[in-house]
Amino acid sequence: MFVCHCGTNIAGVVDIARVVEAAKRMPQVVYVSDNKYTCSDPGQGSIKNAIGEHKLDRVVVSACSPRMHEKTFRKAVAQAGLNPYMLEIANIREHDSWVHAFDKEGATAKAIELVRLAVAKVSRDAQLHARQIGLTKRALVIGGGIAGIQAALDIANSGHEVVVVEREATIGGRMAQVDKTFPTLDCSACILSPKMVELSSHPRVTLLTYAEVVSVKGFLGNFEVEIRQKARKVDHASCTGCGTCWQKCPEKVKSDFDLGLGERTAIYIPFPQAVPPKPVIDLESCRYMKYLAFTASGAEGKKPPQCRICEKLCPTGSIDWEQKDKILTEKFGAIVVATGFKTFDHSAYGEYGAGAYPDVITGLQLERMMSASGPTGGEVRRPSDGAHPKTVVFVSCVGSRDEAKGRAYCSKVCCMYIAKHAIMLKEHDPEVQSFVFYIDIRAGGKGYEEFVRRAQEEYGAIYLRGRVSKIYQEGRKLKVLGEDSLIGRPVEIDADLVVLATGIEPSTGVVDLAQRLSISYDTDRFLVEAHPKLRPVETQTDGVFLAGVCIGPKDIPETVAQGSAAAAKVAALFSQEYITTDPMTATVDLMKCTGCMLCAQVCPFKAIGSQTMRDGKVLANVNESLCKGCGLCAAACRGKAIDLRGFTNQQLLAEVTSLWQ
Amino acid sequence: MPSPVIPESRSPVSRFVIEHSGQNPARCYQCGKCTAGCPAAPDMDMGPRQVMRALQLGMGREVLSCNSIWVCLQCQTCSSRCPKEIDIAKVMESLRLMAILEGHPAAEKNIALFNEVFLDVVKRHGRAYELEMGALYNLRSGHPTANARILVELVAKGRLALLPPAVRGVAKVRRLFDEAEAARRRVGREVRG
Amino acid sequence: MKQEARAPSEKRGGGQNTFSYYPGCALKSSAREYDISARLCCESLGIELRELADWTCCGASSAHATSDVLAVALPGKDLHAASEAGYPLVTACAMCFSRLKIAAHETADMATRTLAGDVSGNIVPVMHLLEVIDSRLASLVPNKGLAGLKVACFYGCLLVRPKAVAIDDAENPQVMDRLMRTIGAEPMPWAFKTECCGAGLPLARPDIVRRLSHRILLSAAAVGADCVAVACPECHANLDMHQAGMGGKHGGEVRVPVVYFTQLLGLSLGFSPYELHLDRHMVDPLPALSSKGLA
Ligand SMILES: Cc1cc2nc3c(=O)[nH]c(=O)nc-3n(C[C@H](O)[C@H](O)[C@H](O)COP(=O)(O)OP(=O)(O)OC[C@H]3O[C@@H](n4cnc5c(N)ncnc54)[C@H](O)[C@@H]3O)c2cc1C
Ligand code: SF4
Ligand code: SF4
Repeated sequence: MFVCHCGTNIAGVVDIARVVEAAKRMPQVVYVSDNKYTCSDPGQGSIKNAIGEHKLDRVVVSACSPRMHEKTFRKAVAQAGLNPYMLEIANIREHDSWVHAFDKEGATAKAIELVRLAVAKVSRDAQLHARQIGLTKRALVIGGGIAGIQAALDIANSGHEVVVVEREATIGGRMAQVDKTFPTLDCSACILSPKMVELSSHPRVTLLTYAEVVSVKGFLGNFEVEIRQKARKVDHASCTGCGTCWQKCPEKVKSDFDLGLGERTAIYIPFPQAVPPKPVIDLESCRYMKYLAFTASGAEGKKPPQCRICEKLCPTGSIDWEQKDKILTEKFGAIVVATGFKTFDHSAYGEYGAGAYPDVITGLQLERMMSASGPTGGEVRRPSDGAHPKTVVFVSCVGSRDEAKGRAYCSKVCCMYIAKHAIMLKEHDPEVQSFVFYIDIRAGGKGYEEFVRRAQEEYGAIYLRGRVSKIYQEGRKLKVLGEDSLIGRPVEIDADLVVLATGIEPSTGVVDLAQRLSISYDTDRFLVEAHPKLRPVETQTDGVFLAGVCIGPKDIPETVAQGSAAAAKVAALFSQEYITTDPMTATVDLMKCTGCMLCAQVCPFKAIGSQTMRDGKVLANVNESLCKGCGLCAAACRGKAIDLRGFTNQQLLAEVTSLWQ
Repeated sequence: MPSPVIPESRSPVSRFVIEHSGQNPARCYQCGKCTAGCPAAPDMDMGPRQVMRALQLGMGREVLSCNSIWVCLQCQTCSSRCPKEIDIAKVMESLRLMAILEGHPAAEKNIALFNEVFLDVVKRHGRAYELEMGALYNLRSGHPTANARILVELVAKGRLALLPPAVRGVAKVRRLFDEAEAARRRVGREVRG
Repeated sequence: MKQEARAPSEKRGGGQNTFSYYPGCALKSSAREYDISARLCCESLGIELRELADWTCCGASSAHATSDVLAVALPGKDLHAASEAGYPLVTACAMCFSRLKIAAHETADMATRTLAGDVSGNIVPVMHLLEVIDSRLASLVPNKGLAGLKVACFYGCLLVRPKAVAIDDAENPQVMDRLMRTIGAEPMPWAFKTECCGAGLPLARPDIVRRLSHRILLSAAAVGADCVAVACPECHANLDMHQAGMGGKHGGEVRVPVVYFTQLLGLSLGFSPYELHLDRHMVDPLPALSSKGLA
């Protein structure tokens, strides 16, 4: 028994001497000592020495929370030759001295009780042995934005195979839509394209675009994932990406990549630098598909044209109308989720016209217009009449920091991209005057504050501190009503173009995906890290990692850092030959189990399956690799057939009974 | 420049507002969307955002004596647009009621007078009687001939009822007035402590 | 609201044909044409309006501005009477509607604050006439469509705010627009549908009323509306009466007829402009109407 002072953290409140005295009188306790810092080297040494000297066969450490140092002490005990699970911790810091700082007497009494519990429990500890299982050294990356690209490249470059599953017809994500990047104003495509190409040509990377994850089974090191490869109707093996088809396809629809500002054809690549540079056929707009649907429906009237121009013109005969969705089943040892974001739909803002005014656009739409390969060839023009706007108003926090619209959080990047837009607009056209309505400017980051100042001082953007209340069309102008709270008066501006900094929110479908992966998401649907500070790219599910904006709003540098961080976690995992599993799992007493399978229903980790016995009975079976030792099944089992190793019913009962002895 | 503000966290005015309106001024993050959309803001000493700020800083005297709480039209534009879902119009209402309860002189005498005249007439007849209201208002505000042109036109168009409304049960209305007044006085005494 | 939710569904106006009717003070004097046209329309549409016996003033903005007790007590008295009568209470005045519905809302939560007797017992729903008519648009067949008439539908504040009692969206409401479309008129998209006209300030601060009403009228004129349609006597008074004094330092003069939606509905149902008292407005709507062959 080792009682820790934790400096004054415990000793300042709990009378250690009395705890030591009391512990000495407890049954089965043969040795008691106290340490200033038990977790320190000498502290651990004293445990090891005592085990040898006094032939101890189990140990209680009365100190801080097991979350802090359980591992440390288990290791120390093991080094002294004991089974590491012959150890219990009495938490007399978080559970006692910290919460009862003003009741020293009570805290000391409580410490003695906590120690008594631990002694009762430790005397019933059994030797447990961690198991080792093999792992598949192959990673799955879901989402091919910059986060996913970075993670995949880093994993591949550390020598492991990677499969990237991207839902769209190209990788690149939102960064591919952005024109220049703050605060250095380097061209987004110029820094992104090389990475996209590197990924697609990497010998250890398999790129599955136009694909989605359907189901995930298994566990750390041994996931089995079903992936749906959507029908592209184009055989990418033979297609050379020559472009004849998408140049000749007669069916034009609004381009999602250009956010409705430009057009694309029914057979298309989203943008010129798309990777892979090979097209897919959009089944909803393809004329031939409409023709087939029409004939199949047996409807009367004029048939749509058969078209099939792409098929006729394709020099390699790559159009394949028979192609169907395909399900691939693949094995992985680790999964990185990098599903990124979409921007807030401003139709929720009736006061800004709810999307009815063509010259009220979003920041991302402006990016497309400023991009040389965008729908306007890099010229900023009003969608309504194509005129070059001279007075441009930016509105920040649209769908951010707005509880009334259900978005309380800050989207973090908007302040910066607005400043970027103000600078770029001036570079495009020196006659442009930008007005920026903001509530607070968030420019924490290297060179960021300076960048925002530059937008004002050198590029003449006028910043107005206030949230816009209303925007409406008046003739050819847009009237913007705000307040400048610094001068304390309402402000009216007649604008040619209004740019809404629509906030960032998780991609569509992220909740389904999270459920498939058994990882959690918060009320805003952002994915949740295992620890917000210390485990920022891990999840509560071992082997599933996160990177990028799917966790929360952030800019490209941070996203890239997280991509690399997730890759490092995967590489560290893959550097092991085996995975060691925690032996504190549930076990089924087959003599008592009746096969009601209630346990399987309550298990949040899907760790309980069934096994058929020789006599044909079907009983519960715990998959120890999946079991997290939460104990729900043990509590649910009516026949008391399930026990949790390390927390057996017998141990818990002993703890409780010790209280009134 | 006005004199320095001495912020006060638990001023009686702020406490009354919180209790009466059920709104917490501390929730306001001073975005100014309320003022930006407020139709009356150009005629206010302080816009609704500044009123919220004054409440945060405990500047009771200033808010009770500003004209904003009187020219507020109760149009609810502010409340319906506030990103923090604060019912600012309700705060304005609470402040005006407090000013009345405290006997604080109204910064907009004519608005207070109009309300008084309106209610006097309703109390007398059970319903509004526009001709009498107009006349009484002109008389008491000291502008007997105000709005004369409009009045003449209205009469000419037959838009003004010449006779007062005849309603049964006026007594009940008067009783309501008296009971409401008594209840109001009671609250007034509580507010003044 | 809790009380209302429990009211039997036939009292919510859908299949209901009989309503208690609360005209409100203005409709009995300065806004008589609104009362008259509303009654004509309802009769023609098979909606029975039974005027609430001995109704008294809802207190309007003045009671609300002066005493929170009175603000609930006055409409509470009428609510009580309506609840005795048992029919949903309908009014055409947006101010009365707002005061009555808010009182119903508040007394449902705080019965104690009402001095008007036990109105918290079983409160009948409070409806604006627009809602009643909207619920039967499907069966509304106009006699004479108002083809070519461009109407700026003006809702003002009290029909759409606060949210708890609103009958439609606060920024871009549609109920009146739908009605206008049904009777063949063209509702104009415009940005001032729910702006404030100056409410109860025409005597005390006519300058504010003129400033606000002027903006609204200018915007209606800018989108080419032939007239503004309103659903509130106060909005009507502010927009119609003060046009002569507008302009000057706030920009150009403006002349836009302001009529009640019931007058336009009445025209489409075949009533004559005179039956509908379209000749009582300060800004004469007849020239605009006759230029479209409607008067
Ligand atoms: C207008 C605007 C301007 C910006 N400007 C800058 C700037 O100048 N500098 C800067 O540093 N940052 C900028 N940003 C931020 C930057 O865009 C992000 O930091 C970055 O794109 C995040 O990358 P990501 O990979 O996490 O997400 P994304 O780029 O969103 O990529 C996610 C990818 O995952 C895919 N996906 C989603 N769900 C699934 C699924 N279920 N299955 C398969 N695939 C899926 C998506 O299709 C997408 O390709 C800007 C943002 C905006 C909105
Ligand atoms: S709109 Fe709301 S949060 Fe913004 S300043 Fe006004 S009261 Fe404060
Ligand atoms: S309710 Fe009052 S404070 Fe609010 S917007 Fe209307 S006039 Fe302004």
